[in-house]
Amino acid sequence: MTENVSIVAESATRIFADLADPQTINRAKDAAWKAPLWQALTDAGLTLAWVPEALGGSDAGLAEGFEVIDVAGRFAASVPLVETLLAGWLLSQGGIASPGGPMTIAPGRPSDTIGLNASGKLSGRARGIPFAQDCEHIAVLASGAEGASIALVETKNCRVTPGANPAGDASNEVLFADTPAVEWRPASAGFDRTAMLLMGGVARSVQTAGALGAVLRMSVAYANDRVAFERPIAKFQAIQHSLAQLAGEVAAAVAASGSAADAIAHMQSFDDQIFLEAASAKIRSAEAAEKGAAIAHQVHGAIGFTNEHILHRFTLRMLAWRDDFGNESHWAVELGRKVAAGGADAFWPLLASR
Amino acid sequence: MTAQLEFDPIRLPPECEALRREVRAFLAEEIAAGTFDPDRPMHGDMHNTEFSKRVGAKGWIGLTWPKKYGGHERTFLERYVVTEEFRIANAPVRQYFVADRQSGPILLKYAPEHIKMDILPRICRGEVCFVIGMSEPNSGSDLFAAKTKATKADGGWRINGNKIWTSNAHIADYMIGLFRTSPSTKENRRHGLTQFLVDLKTDGITINPIYQMTGQHDFNEVVFDNVFIPDDCVLGEIDGAWKQATSELAYERSGPERFLETFYVLTALIRALGSEPDLRSAEGLGRLVAQAHALRRMSVSVAGMLQAGKEPVVEGSLVKDLGTIWEQKLPARVRELAAFLEPDVGNRATLDEQLAFAMTIAPKLTIQGGTTEVLRGIIARGLGLR
Ligand SMILES: Cc1cc2nc3c(=O)[nH]c(=O)nc-3n(C[C@H](O)[C@H](O)[C@H](O)COP(=O)(O)OP(=O)(O)OC[C@H]3O[C@@H](n4cnc5c(N)ncnc54)[C@H](O)[C@@H]3O)c2cc1C
Repeated sequence: MTENVSIVAESATRIFADLADPQTINRAKDAAWKAPLWQALTDAGLTLAWVPEALGGSDAGLAEGFEVIDVAGRFAASVPLVETLLAGWLLSQGGIASPGGPMTIAPGRPSDTIGLNASGKLSGRARGIPFAQDCEHIAVLASGAEGASIALVETKNCRVTPGANPAGDASNEVLFADTPAVEWRPASAGFDRTAMLLMGGVARSVQTAGALGAVLRMSVAYANDRVAFERPIAKFQAIQHSLAQLAGEVAAAVAASGSAADAIAHMQSFDDQIFLEAASAKIRSAEAAEKGAAIAHQVHGAIGFTNEHILHRFTLRMLAWRDDFGNESHWAVELGRKVAAGGADAFWPLLASR
Repeated sequence: MTAQLEFDPIRLPPECEALRREVRAFLAEEIAAGTFDPDRPMHGDMHNTEFSKRVGAKGWIGLTWPKKYGGHERTFLERYVVTEEFRIANAPVRQYFVADRQSGPILLKYAPEHIKMDILPRICRGEVCFVIGMSEPNSGSDLFAAKTKATKADGGWRINGNKIWTSNAHIADYMIGLFRTSPSTKENRRHGLTQFLVDLKTDGITINPIYQMTGQHDFNEVVFDNVFIPDDCVLGEIDGAWKQATSELAYERSGPERFLETFYVLTALIRALGSEPDLRSAEGLGRLVAQAHALRRMSVSVAGMLQAGKEPVVEGSLVKDLGTIWEQKLPARVRELAAFLEPDVGNRATLDEQLAFAMTIAPKLTIQGGTTEVLRGIIARGLGLR
């Protein structure tokens, strides 16, 4: 995201380039590449970058964690790295240590609630939980008698319905039916489901911006390479202008998500300003994903519609990510309501405060 | 591609927020005194010399320029804050806006010392108005087709030809004009144009009004009939103006004025919707807010690049392309969202009046200062496509 890429982001880039090259993965017959990748990410301390050392993590810092997510987006890798980062972060909010291994986080849809009773049993339904079937643990934000609580749950104690998002990554309905928590704690004051969804939403925005950047580079390279009517299609003004628009979408997603990530990395609490930053990032990056994917496919022609080409690894994921942690319609309604409740005279001051 | 797109999350430092409070207090006083009405950009004259002098006295023109020339040696981020607050208030900045944004910086870079000492302090005091003399009847997007001729004469140059669409020429003191000093060459069709400082009171200049479709008179035709310009008014390299254009465009294209020109309809919509909008209105409003926030964060980021001494031509073009299209569509979106409002909600009349005006001026937003198509060409070049 910035010129001074951290060591953490550099090591993430190296690991993905070595072990999760999109071209190689796309040709792979099985998922054997996943284990060494996950091992390398774990060894480098990237999976638990948002967990303090005392709770079993590498405490790399929020900003650095977002850089890792940006890199994960650029490679569109189908491993639960972002989900594990988020789960570790959520557990830390409750002072719960992170177990090793891949984790995911629930709920992932604003309309789903999971209850927690006094004896630490969870019940409720969470739809669209990314990678649930591939993870040993789920970090849950539940509501109990005393408000929001954070719980660590073993996936094997939940009922997980097999499923996948359009990109083929596991996306599951998870049923909690008197499911015992391994550990549970009340969330700190002011931390609630909205805060958790905003954090997840910003993570998806940063990931989307990373993927969009890759899609732009790929599309520019293809346009310079592909010849039609005896010249590279990049020489046609229609193509140039389409790609300029793609660049605009990338720029908007990069700016909005980078700003929101920076805001969260430096925040005191999830206040109205963070809400504006985070909700806007999710809305704008989702819109960019839709428009950007369409342009990239148009420029690639039929080859981009094949399984063999890697374009779909990026486009389908960024389209699928729109639905996680609140889609753009959800956040637009929430943001619109918030702004309306604040009143016309408070609107510009709110925008200008960022 | 030259580089990957980066928009660092620049935050405005505390001195900017202190300045913002001062600017808001000043504007509130001017509004209270009846200098202008922020809700009625369609009425009132955007040109107000007395107001400009008061802004100059505050030290808010030439904010980033050296003190030696009347400037204040403050940052581009502070300038950003002043610009956006004045824009949001619909304040009458016409007298000094172009000089502050681009003419002054050109003079700073290319004018001889005595001219800088003469003119820049007057710009800073809000006393002089500058115009941009680029477009001609047969040279718009294709700037390098300009034909208005500067011929060498004793001690200076003689200008013949005409400029068109020259905003504010009828109220202005100076033009920075682009004139042909040599034919273009086979190798370089951009060769042969030179920038000049023109005193618009010089003999031989005729300014003819051109009325716009809004009924307003902003732009003009400026006719040059053997107009003499002394040698010291040549700005930069003779025949080499094309080399000087890039930084000017970065200044011109990335500012908050490039997405906030119709912003008032959004504020009015929020007022009209009230505190509990229905689902449809809330979603529509939320999407507009997200866009506005994203554009502003991009634009602040570009101000940070300018402050760091970069020439963010591609980034500036991206902001202007997205920003002008957004501000152009904004009245249409607001109109849709207001469609089912009660006819007699408090500010309905103001909203309707503003919408009518914003819709009328909307077409110009993606033409002035470089069309959408021209911007996309620049972006495509930056991407390595041409
Ligand atoms: C309100 C307003 C104020 C202005 N003020 C000033 C001023 O103060 N000073 C000044 O010098 N000028 C001014 N202009 C002029 C402005 O800079 C030009 O209008 C603009 O550069 C476009 O030129 P044009 O009008 O000649 O259109 P043209 O260049 O003729 O373009 C017509 C259409 O063709 C498209 N087009 C042109 N070339 C290409 C290409 N290569 N590829 C694809 N499409 C192309 C354009 O994008 C446009 O859609 C002003 C314009 C407006 C509307």
